[in-house]
Amino acid sequence: MSIFEYNGSALVAMVGKNCFAIGSDRRLGVQLQTIATDFQRISKIHDRLFLGLSGLATDAQTLYQKLVFRHKLYQLREERDMKPETFASLVSALLYEKRFGPFFCQPVIAGLGDDDKPFICTMDSIGAKELAKDFVVAGTASESLYGACESMFKENMEPEELFETVSQALLSSVDRDCLSGWGGHVYVVTPTEVKERILKGRMD
Amino acid sequence: MECVFGLVGNGFAIVAADTSAVHSILVHKSNEDKIMVLDSHKLVAASGESGDRVQFTEYIQKNVALYQFRNGIPLTTAAAANFTRGELATALRKNPYFVNILLAGYDKETGPSLYYIDYIATLHKVDKGAFGYGSYFCLSLMDRHYHSGMTVDEAIELVDKCIMEIRSRLVVAPPNFVIKIVDKDGAREYAWRESVKDTAVPAA
Repeated sequence: MSIFEYNGSALVAMVGKNCFAIGSDRRLGVQLQTIATDFQRISKIHDRLFLGLSGLATDAQTLYQKLVFRHKLYQLREERDMKPETFASLVSALLYEKRFGPFFCQPVIAGLGDDDKPFICTMDSIGAKELAKDFVVAGTASESLYGACESMFKENMEPEELFETVSQALLSSVDRDCLSGWGGHVYVVTPTEVKERILKGRMD
Repeated sequence: MECVFGLVGNGFAIVAADTSAVHSILVHKSNEDKIMVLDSHKLVAASGESGDRVQFTEYIQKNVALYQFRNGIPLTTAAAANFTRGELATALRKNPYFVNILLAGYDKETGPSLYYIDYIATLHKVDKGAFGYGSYFCLSLMDRHYHSGMTVDEAIELVDKCIMEIRSRLVVAPPNFVIKIVDKDGAREYAWRESVKDTAVPAA
């Protein structure tokens, strides 16, 4: 079994009108066994920047701690938050440093730029950035997620409609993947507020 | 195969571990205590490679004590769990410790807690957890009978149910178990569940 499929994960980020949504599943497993159904895969870097880490949970936790450390140092030096594009480059650089002994994670980065323009990107485990204008996906359920997002996505969705789209895409995709699921966690971020919602899906 | 499991109740956390020390087909001893008292209000139930288990848990115990000597106050359970995870994560890509840990503790401010720490340094706070082949029986039993805020008697009843299940359904079932509890009064041994007693060592 692939090391990327050891814990199981599903991540999706989608762009809307001056907003973005980032969603993940909630399962933490060890191969076939489910350990927890409340695992947090998405973390806040700052109010307008969220990071989701799919793949091996231990590396996701280590990588998250390294990135928070780097961002806090940046905040101390620059006296401001990192722009999403800058953060994405930081993640990419950190991952490539371990080119021949990598972190087994696929990050999904979603943030609001300076002019409230939403930014999303994903990268592979060695830092190859993939910028997208509409949606990005990661995790064991990524293939299902690609299909679901491609068919459900529309441009310039308002936050409420964006939440519905991301939720439906996430839930229907993880239902086809045995290693991810047990509910969903969706953050919808607009320039004024962050709405965090827990989804109840098929609990299996 | 080594079985370790634990759960959080009303103002206490309880962990149980089998007590057989096995090498291939030989049982060296059946009263090996695998639950270490980390400090006054913490328990570490460890399973895995025996050398690594003893070495690593003693290392953690001594470092937790050192922190208390240096700083005058004990570590919280969360801090001890994160320290343990950090040590496992640092060693992971050099010379990994093959030790799975359930860290149970009681803090005055936050009450009882249980942390699941995998041998590859996956950390998660849980209400109930288990490692080893026994986990296939214990986890589902606990899913069925566990509820938050259990009394000590209810929890012991559940622990005994799990031990009975392991004894009857696991082909290489360990005969003896030790149960330890941690609550506001500290960490201590609660009971042994023995079905095979070692012969007493004759005096020299």
